[in-house]
Amino acid sequence: MAVMSFFHNPHRFMAGSKWPAWGFTLLGVVLIVVGFGIGFFRTPEDFQQDERARMMFVHVPAMWLCMFSYAFMVGASFISFVWRHALADVAAKSAAPIGAVFTAIGLMTGSIWGYTTWGTWWEWGDARLVSVLILFFIFLGYIAVWQAMETPQKAARAAAILCLVGAVNIPIIHFSVEWFASLHQQSTFMTTDNKTTAEFKIPMYLAALGYLALFGGVTLLNMRAEIMKTRADILLQRRQAAD
Amino acid sequence: MSASFSVFVRELKLAWSGGGGAALPVGFFAASASMTPFAVGAETEALQTAGPGVMWIALALSSLLPMERLFQADLEDGTLDAYAGSGVGMEGIALAKTLAHWIATGIPLAILSPVLWIMLQGAPEQSGLIFLASLVGSLAFFFFGSIGAALAAGMRRGGLLIALVTLPLYVPTMIFGAATLDAAANGADWAGALMLTASASLFGIATAPFGAAMALRTAID
Repeated sequence: MAVMSFFHNPHRFMAGSKWPAWGFTLLGVVLIVVGFGIGFFRTPEDFQQDERARMMFVHVPAMWLCMFSYAFMVGASFISFVWRHALADVAAKSAAPIGAVFTAIGLMTGSIWGYTTWGTWWEWGDARLVSVLILFFIFLGYIAVWQAMETPQKAARAAAILCLVGAVNIPIIHFSVEWFASLHQQSTFMTTDNKTTAEFKIPMYLAALGYLALFGGVTLLNMRAEIMKTRADILLQRRQAAD
Repeated sequence: MSASFSVFVRELKLAWSGGGGAALPVGFFAASASMTPFAVGAETEALQTAGPGVMWIALALSSLLPMERLFQADLEDGTLDAYAGSGVGMEGIALAKTLAHWIATGIPLAILSPVLWIMLQGAPEQSGLIFLASLVGSLAFFFFGSIGAALAAGMRRGGLLIALVTLPLYVPTMIFGAATLDAAANGADWAGALMLTASASLFGIATAPFGAAMALRTAID
């Protein structure tokens, strides 16, 4: 609560966020480079999947982060909806394109991985794949709502409603697709094995931390840009009013 | 309650007096389902395989069509402001309007669906079931659609946005309803799938008016 009321003042946010924004972005890039570097060049081949398993270092953190981004947006939308916190709107709006990009990366790499390993680009019976695809559409709808509304205040409310509705929707979709899959008697597409060794885990966690830092950094940068844009708009309006 | 009911009656009268506007989605439903043979081939077997699914998609898209005007007209001419000022809960208004539009458009869609079913080489004995499934399914489509309709009410060119926002909400109903039709076509047990479709519409009726009301209150102030 204290943090929330502290950042209710955009000036305080702008003063406090400049270095964290660039710091996290830089840290994210470094961690991703190191994580991918270890994963691609140092980690030995997986005995079953050989070189293809290296896709994991790009794919798995992207999937984690796409869910994290959406959870972040749901949290921010909730705060914005309940307490009308202006900065929470900006935070949710700023996180959306990044989440959408993570989802797209996850879907694409997952699809390529699936093709090289299981021989299929896409499997409609798999609840995880389909729910992530729907999540991607919800991200797009969310971004579209922000762009379609006339005033930022209305857009913020509408987008927050959509985000919360989507949060209810995703688990329902997940379960209905599972039911749909069992109806069509398809074998499960992915099996989770816990054999992943430390050699795989370390670069994966590094990459995931890098994605997370990049998410935080770019979200902060987006938020700062958004606030500056609002300020510029207000200054412009004042100048026009003075003329 | 009585205020919501008079809104409901007013909506029904408007829907049926407005020069046949409520019938347009029905025409779209018939026309889009009739495109199926040109896309999948006119052979009986091909139609029987693809028919149920295509019909269900056509039903979903036809249910999306009236959504653009569901709240927009009332927002533009100030009716919604009057409702908001009257102290009636916006949830009741959303429920009444969606239900009225479903009666004006959704029920005709369901009445037409057995005809399209038979045109797509479905077994005529299943007509009753197809009517029931379409009735229940379009109810879910209308209510989930009302959230998107309320969100897009205050926007110009909101129609496409409604589709983008609403189609993800349609997924469960899409799966259950198409599974009902599929089971009917293959002579399998359809009762479970139909009940799941019904549960989707009950969930929609119970929750969607609240989401739509939140969005409408945003659009008004």
